[in-house]
Amino acid sequence: MKSKLRLLLIDNAVVLLFVAIIAVAIPISAMPLKYLAQEILTRLGRNAFLVLALLLPVMAGMGLNFGMVLGAMAGQIGLILVTDWNVVGISGVMLAAIISTPVALGLGWVCGQVLNRAKGREMVTGYILGFFMNGIYQLLVLYAMGMLIPIATPGILLSRGYGIRNMVDLIGVRQSLDKLLVVTVAGLKLPVATYLVIAAMCAFIVWFRGTKLGQDMRAVGQDRAVATASGIPVERTRIMAIMISTLLACYGQIIFLQNLGTLNTYNSHEQTGMFSIAALLIGGASVSRASIPNVIAGVVLFHLMFVVSPIAGKNLIGSAQLGEFFRQFISYGIIAVSLVLFSWKRKADVAASREALRGGSAPASGPSKGGRA
Amino acid sequence: MERIREFVSDFGLPRIIIALFLVLLFVAAPFVGVSVASSLSNTIARFGMNGIMVLAMVPMIHSGCGLNFGLPLGVIAGLLGATISIEMGLVGAAGFAAAAALALAFAALLGYGYGKLLNRVKGDEMMIATYVGFSSITLMSIGWIVLPYQSPTMVWGFEGEGLRTTISVEAFWDKILNDFLAVRIGERFVFPTGMILAFCGAALAVWFFLHLKSGSAMTAAGSNPAYARASGIDVDRMRTGSVVFSTMLGALGIVVYQQSFGFIQLYEGPFSMTFPSVAAILIGGASVTKASIANVFLGTFLFQGILTMTPSVINSVLKTDLSEVIRIIVSNGMILYALTRKTKVAK
Repeated sequence: MKSKLRLLLIDNAVVLLFVAIIAVAIPISAMPLKYLAQEILTRLGRNAFLVLALLLPVMAGMGLNFGMVLGAMAGQIGLILVTDWNVVGISGVMLAAIISTPVALGLGWVCGQVLNRAKGREMVTGYILGFFMNGIYQLLVLYAMGMLIPIATPGILLSRGYGIRNMVDLIGVRQSLDKLLVVTVAGLKLPVATYLVIAAMCAFIVWFRGTKLGQDMRAVGQDRAVATASGIPVERTRIMAIMISTLLACYGQIIFLQNLGTLNTYNSHEQTGMFSIAALLIGGASVSRASIPNVIAGVVLFHLMFVVSPIAGKNLIGSAQLGEFFRQFISYGIIAVSLVLFSWKRKADVAASREALRGGSAPASGPSKGGRA
Repeated sequence: MERIREFVSDFGLPRIIIALFLVLLFVAAPFVGVSVASSLSNTIARFGMNGIMVLAMVPMIHSGCGLNFGLPLGVIAGLLGATISIEMGLVGAAGFAAAAALALAFAALLGYGYGKLLNRVKGDEMMIATYVGFSSITLMSIGWIVLPYQSPTMVWGFEGEGLRTTISVEAFWDKILNDFLAVRIGERFVFPTGMILAFCGAALAVWFFLHLKSGSAMTAAGSNPAYARASGIDVDRMRTGSVVFSTMLGALGIVVYQQSFGFIQLYEGPFSMTFPSVAAILIGGASVTKASIANVFLGTFLFQGILTMTPSVINSVLKTDLSEVIRIIVSNGMILYALTRKTKVAK
């Protein structure tokens, strides 16, 4: 019983740590709770979909999908075109999603192919692939748009006549999904339509886990050799996982940007990957195990910290700059610590299973790469 | 024909394309009104500036730790050394020597801890190194604000707090290596003898080390850990040693970089050092598991050559600034190529 409690504590160490940090930081920041609650409700709608996009690759044993920025780029291309064509409101959001779907699927296919050539180091490869594609994206958006791809709205072009401006005002689609259905509870505005989309996505993931493809992904995630032996097309399954993830990241980015209302053409996507991954890890997920509750808890905790830490830093030490650096440090640090912990755990599991094979006293748990997605 | 094909597959197609591209840039330069002499001079200067940081990849690749994405740790040690030297008010050669010595000392400390960490995460070094590097940069950003520096050249004036984002070393040891025995040919070409000598010296040190007994043991630990252990080599110790060595080279590298550049870049500065260095050694022919001094020289020259030539030549041809995009695509494409390449079995 005691050891069970200890295990529970270890498994949720990251979540507990963050709850503790935030519990200390909120009183220091002296921010009104109602404001915080509204901020978190808004940010949950803005970010949850993006974080959900990370779940499938984790299930397929490919780790955290750093290549999700590819999807984000696809979404941004869709939004730029929609803004140019002046399609407004919810139909603009839908059209952006439709245009960017083939782009995201194509990029996802490329990403899957590349990751299949780098088995065992998917994360670092996906990470570099994101940077590489950023170069291609810039080539497209900064040079081809307005030169090869006709852009009719001069307002979104740079003054030299081609290339998209650093900031694109998404006035046409701004919050059109969020404002579709707003319910006010106790003075807090809830973007119900966005929540419904997110809930539908959760339902899809739960359903998907039970399908043939979903089961195949879990099998591939647990042991590639066994999966191959039982006739599962491993490479194809992995590509599917990445393609779906990229597509979801693309829709997630569209939801994210319609809430913000401005597109930071050359930076918006860069932070998407890191923030989503940090949020998922803070929610208690690991490289091999991530669930829907992890997503929700992670978004809430990460963004509470996001909102509170600069003010808390300012009140505590008198420097908002310091709070900002602290926030960055936590985002990077949490990813580093999670990766280290996962690596240790995997080694301990391998050692334990080897011990068990020798007939040692250790429990025969086997390498615990459980794909509870 | 067969031999050509073999050469191509040995040398790698991307590398050949990049080399040809660079040659093409140099050939095209005079026709678009870009001076070859000053381009060459710039290329050599950048070659010397970045060389030692590229060299910092070698020991870790040899011991099997992969590409050193943790270079920021070395860079931070170098920044600490440089700022403390300025804080002490040392100028000229003494200042530079103090900066380098302090940098090496800090790097040894940081590298030791970092090596111990990497020993416990074998197989996942690269991703973890990236994030350890990033988190230490942001942690140090807090440090640059909080640490009790006093020197008026470094601390923000009136209202600000902490150190400036860029600190000029002009009054201290600006270009001290570059100008040492520098050879000037014609109006536009300068050969920074001292800096190139420093680079060659560091390269020679690495070469000697790799051919000493402990160096060979390190390479053995990297290429076949089980075999190395069976022959009585302490694999973990070798790996820690290589990480300390790499980190120290990184620290020395950034100090040499700063004296040539003329500025110390704090806060987010170290972010931009890692990828170019990783890309350079890969362009030179290294892989995730193999690297030589020749790879460092060739790679640094090719990569820095392209960085120098593209803004001037491509921009005059296309009348638009494509250089940044080319830099992103070439450097990350190269890393991607190395990560996805199936390692060929030795002949």
